[in-house]
Amino acid sequence: MAALCEEFTLCGLIASAGAGAGQGVLGLEPGPDPDRVLLTDRGRTATLYKVSDQKPLGCWSVKQDQTITCPAVCNFETGEYIAVHDDKVLRIWKDEDVNLDKVFKATLTAEVYRIHSLPHTEPLVLFKGGAVRTLDALLAAPQQEIENVISDEVIRWSEAFMETQQPVLIFTTEKNGNYFVYVQKVNPNILHKYKLEQEESSHPLSFTAYTKNKILTLLCLYSNGCVYKILMPPQQSVPEEEQILSKSLLLKIVVSDTVLKGASLAILDKDHVAVLGCLDSPPNIAKECLSIWNTKFQTLQTSKELPQGTSGQLWCYGEKFFLTHGKVLTVIVYKCETSSLAAAVGKLKDTQTSGIRTVSSYVNWNMLPEEDLVSPRAQQSVTPKTESKRTLRSRRNNVAKVQRDTLTVEQLLSDIKDSSQNDIEEELRQFLSNAQMSDFQTTIGYIITGLVNRCKTEPTFYPRNCLVQLIQTQGLSYSLCPDLMAVALEKTDVHLLQLCLQQFPDVPEAVTCACLKAFLSINDDSLQGTNVNLDSVISYIDIALNDQVEKQTETVQNGFSSELMEEDSCDIQLTPKPHVVDTEELCPIGPQKAALLNAILHSAYSETFLLPHLKDLSAQQVILFLRYLQYLYIKCSENVSMDFPGMCSPTINQIMDWMCLLLDAHFTVVVMLPEAKGLLFSLHKFVRAQVRFYSELNKIEGSLQELQRIKPQKDFGLYSIEMLELV
Amino acid sequence: MGEFQVHRVRFFAYVPAGIRCVAHSPRSARLALARTDGALEVYNFAANYFQEKGIPGHETRSTEALCWTAGDRLFGAGLGGDISEYDLEKLRVKYSLDGFGGPIWSMAADPSGTQLAVGCEDGSVKLFQVLPDKIQFERSLDRQKGRVMSLSWHPSGTRIAVGSIDLLRVFDVKSGHAIQRILVDRRLQGLYSRECVVWSVAFLSNGTIVSSDSVGKVQFWDSEKGTLLETHPVSSSAVLCLAVSEEEDSIVVGTSEGAVYQFQLLPVKWGSAESKWVRTKPFQHHTHDVRAVAHSATALISGGLDAQLVIRPLMEKVHGKGYDAALRKFTFPHRRLVSCAKKAGLLLFQFPQHLELWRLGATNSAGKDGDILPVSRAPEHLLQLKSKGPEHICCSCISLCGSWIAYSTASRLHLHRVHLENGSVSVKRVSKVPKLLCSAHQLLCSADSTSLFVASDQGAVHVLKLLEPGGCGHLQTLRPNSGSTEAVYLLAASADGDWLAAAGGDWEINVYSLRHFKPHCTVPAYNCAVTALAIHPVTNNLVITHSDQQVFEFSIPDREYTTWSRKVQQHGLHKGWLERDMPITHIAFNPKQPTHILLHDTHMFCILDKSLPLPDDATPLMNQTSLKQLSEKARRGHAHAFKICKKYQVSVLM
Repeated sequence: MAALCEEFTLCGLIASAGAGAGQGVLGLEPGPDPDRVLLTDRGRTATLYKVSDQKPLGCWSVKQDQTITCPAVCNFETGEYIAVHDDKVLRIWKDEDVNLDKVFKATLTAEVYRIHSLPHTEPLVLFKGGAVRTLDALLAAPQQEIENVISDEVIRWSEAFMETQQPVLIFTTEKNGNYFVYVQKVNPNILHKYKLEQEESSHPLSFTAYTKNKILTLLCLYSNGCVYKILMPPQQSVPEEEQILSKSLLLKIVVSDTVLKGASLAILDKDHVAVLGCLDSPPNIAKECLSIWNTKFQTLQTSKELPQGTSGQLWCYGEKFFLTHGKVLTVIVYKCETSSLAAAVGKLKDTQTSGIRTVSSYVNWNMLPEEDLVSPRAQQSVTPKTESKRTLRSRRNNVAKVQRDTLTVEQLLSDIKDSSQNDIEEELRQFLSNAQMSDFQTTIGYIITGLVNRCKTEPTFYPRNCLVQLIQTQGLSYSLCPDLMAVALEKTDVHLLQLCLQQFPDVPEAVTCACLKAFLSINDDSLQGTNVNLDSVISYIDIALNDQVEKQTETVQNGFSSELMEEDSCDIQLTPKPHVVDTEELCPIGPQKAALLNAILHSAYSETFLLPHLKDLSAQQVILFLRYLQYLYIKCSENVSMDFPGMCSPTINQIMDWMCLLLDAHFTVVVMLPEAKGLLFSLHKFVRAQVRFYSELNKIEGSLQELQRIKPQKDFGLYSIEMLELV
Repeated sequence: MGEFQVHRVRFFAYVPAGIRCVAHSPRSARLALARTDGALEVYNFAANYFQEKGIPGHETRSTEALCWTAGDRLFGAGLGGDISEYDLEKLRVKYSLDGFGGPIWSMAADPSGTQLAVGCEDGSVKLFQVLPDKIQFERSLDRQKGRVMSLSWHPSGTRIAVGSIDLLRVFDVKSGHAIQRILVDRRLQGLYSRECVVWSVAFLSNGTIVSSDSVGKVQFWDSEKGTLLETHPVSSSAVLCLAVSEEEDSIVVGTSEGAVYQFQLLPVKWGSAESKWVRTKPFQHHTHDVRAVAHSATALISGGLDAQLVIRPLMEKVHGKGYDAALRKFTFPHRRLVSCAKKAGLLLFQFPQHLELWRLGATNSAGKDGDILPVSRAPEHLLQLKSKGPEHICCSCISLCGSWIAYSTASRLHLHRVHLENGSVSVKRVSKVPKLLCSAHQLLCSADSTSLFVASDQGAVHVLKLLEPGGCGHLQTLRPNSGSTEAVYLLAASADGDWLAAAGGDWEINVYSLRHFKPHCTVPAYNCAVTALAIHPVTNNLVITHSDQQVFEFSIPDREYTTWSRKVQQHGLHKGWLERDMPITHIAFNPKQPTHILLHDTHMFCILDKSLPLPDDATPLMNQTSLKQLSEKARRGHAHAFKICKKYQVSVLM
């Protein structure tokens, strides 16, 4: 991860005569220590700044008619500053010197392009003719002859490196659109010349180079926005003929047709580069900005817009960027960590269009990425031919059936889009019975998505049997096909909803509550004919008996009188109305609805997400659900083990949890409703009685244990006759 | 389904005799067990640890040592001074040879199984040669002072280690001389005066002798130099027995406190070649002295005076967590000891030396499931028949009407006529019982009480006619077609008197027609022991249970398995049923419900309803409690054929 941190202004830029602010400065060189920089403007002044304090420490300027032509550098060995003005005059001064006129002066015979200063060695002077001299050698004989190495080529960029304790200078030149790279070793004096591959539409804008393990790498930013990497071949003692260097694309800064101008490139570490220039960003207005790119993963790490424009010059010293922004020289501190995949996901959205895919993309975790996504084609292609030949001979009248044998996923999916419901059911049944697919789950996902999409677009199309069949393959989950339950809710298909709730482990709470609402609002009579699975309720609801109960009214029978309210007893009072007692023992809802509600009780949820959706229930629904939960609770407590026998029956924990959730969600409603009053009161009494019972049991627990220990096992004696019932 | 009145009878005071010695035969996966009353039992490990053979005890016989020799022959020697060979086909003692050395304390067969070394009271070790039909005295090794308590052969067969009182000696077999004499410490600490009895020794192939003594230590000796290698104090009381595994890396010892310990040869450091014997696992399964231990390849076997045989599989040797890894405890014999005269409401109890006849009580009231009804008439002890002679009773039976009682010892068959009138009982012995040369292994009265079926060896079943007022005559002898020589140990007769089924020691079941007195058919062979047989009174289907818990139903008139039986085989029995460790010992039927079969083993009884569906492994087998909570209609959906009740544990008859 790279990030741009604080930013501050170092100094203002003076618009010198003949050059607007857009031209920028002549150069910025590092000072004697990391906190000082030498700024040379395009006029006559060289200033030494202290970066952290943002103030100039010293300022030197040449006389009125003279201009500095080469940026001032600092000689690290001696601490002196060197500058060239008027192309040929060399000036060397120290901090104490005030007036540049009075300092050491040497006039040279050729024009100086740049002076490069390297730590622990003498500065190198590069002439515009391509010759290189060390400073000492030059000063020993300032008037010495300087040869012209490059002819008619213009030096565009130069840089100096230390290579095995020897300085190496690399510079690029241009002539008629051809670019050349020269590598000059000082000791021994060897010059290599290379030619860069030519690009038709673009030309290099900026170069930067670094050396690693004696290999020199050149990076260039072309005007089409590409950064190329060129590896310099290893140095040979005898220079051969001119070699053409090949380059490899390192990074493409996406620019749409606009040509980069005035951009520059800086290398931050082995995986990051900084680019200052125009970056194309929507809505297609080129803006100037500074951006840091990760070259390993080709991602943009960070960028900063420069609305006030920049001259395109960028320097990078000591984890700081120095660039011109508007009328000031800005310093931006950056942080650049080593690149890793997790950090380098970058900021740009991946706008690449993927390859052609026939269906919506699921991630198939079982398959390796190299394999084809839809592989059943490969598997099924082997067998169909032989199969069809054999069956053709024997069953000539079943030609249509033969063709169906070779059903592939694509055919099925395309048939789903247009065939009739019966055909689809038939095909699906065959497909499922034949299929021996390795990616069974994804295929089922495709199929059911296709079906549900068609259901959504065509309201009359509802292949219930197909959907039930697919769900019962137990390969589905909610997230594979989120719309399935929505469609089922629309059509109020309770059987399908029950299956989904039982099979899918990841039903969101919103959908669970929607199902709950739907279940509670359905009339019991309309549930009679439906195909709901009653396994979970038979252990406590006698189905035949309840059928008679359904005919009675649905009004809540409170079953208590005011006398009971005042008494504080735990026993169940025998009320004078026997039929009231009966209805209390009967389930308030029919067995189908009970089975559906049990499916809700079993589904997974998390409280924080469920409560807001639970509030959607109406008051009557809440009361009905609470009555059912109360009935379950009482029935559950009748068993010694506090649970129902059987596999899918609700457990006491689930009952209690849902009761608490309901009361939490609808507390105010429940407290206000008159019907709820009786329900809550009986529930409260029951629970209070249980709690009291358990606390009393706890008190006598010790004595009971003693009694059991003292009393021997039930002694039948030598002979006894007992009754045994076997069912 | 039904309500039943259950008579819970707890006055059958049968005390099984303690186990004195065991011998394990790894080749045939069998264990021979001798009890203190002289009875011998053979357990077949491969057939789910079924007690397949039993020889009744004898008053004077006291077996101190058992061993298997080559050819699966079993020899026993005891304090009577005799060496006996047991005939496992005819289930009796073949012959006995006097050792002429006084009481025999120990016996061991040499590794090749051709020689027997016998340690006697007089201090001599006698060698006998095992010949094909007898044993012959070969010679005697040097006599030593002090009785030979234990002896063990070296795996090479050239040396014998002998343990006696305070001493261990090593004899060279060829010369007969003692080549090493080792003094065993009398004490570790404490009193010096009590002598130390070396109860058992084992000779390992590397020359190490392992000894266990009455002080409670297990010691390892070097037989070459006669020095002590290691001492392990195991208990404060005697260590009575030890056994070494075949690979000689594990030793099991039993103490008189009822504990069993395992010693293992483990490397001192991981990967080092040097190894030491370390006491690893303790087991406490017995309440009294452990007098015999054996080491099979996968399990430790121990038997003691508490009459229990405990087989403890070693977890590291058993693969998987199946039922092979379970601990098994056998206390009661797998044979029928109680007979019931259904019509008369009488019970006959078989004890080793006498029989008791009881009348069941009655009640007048009715009740619900789980009620204990008040007994209006208490059970009565009507009769006690003592058997004469030292031999123990082998088998007994009572006719359905209660008027005939028959029992047999190893040599004689006794028949008695019982008259029950108005509360008084009189019994008269039938004197002229046909002298059968062979002993009876099973007795059964026919349904109409007119015939007595006597199962004897050589696969034959004798049919005796019971004549009023008190006589009997030999009617017929039924022999199987295959000419097997094994003794028949199970009989079943049909209610209409037409058919008789007999199962012999070779696991062959023959069905005879009683009308024509000849073999009718043979049930297809099944490679597991038969544990119970019964013929349905109405359909004449023969129900067979095997020791691997399989249940078959064979239709006698049609001579083939019934469709229900085929369905059971195809569907497979429930895992919980197959994993029971006790075999079914009795099958009965409910006359009012022709589709019901009643089965029971030691821990449970089950009513198998053939009309209900069979359970698969996913449904619980013991579903009575859960079924009782459901309503009627729901029960029908969930009920399956096996209705198991475990309320009455350790039942010997149902």
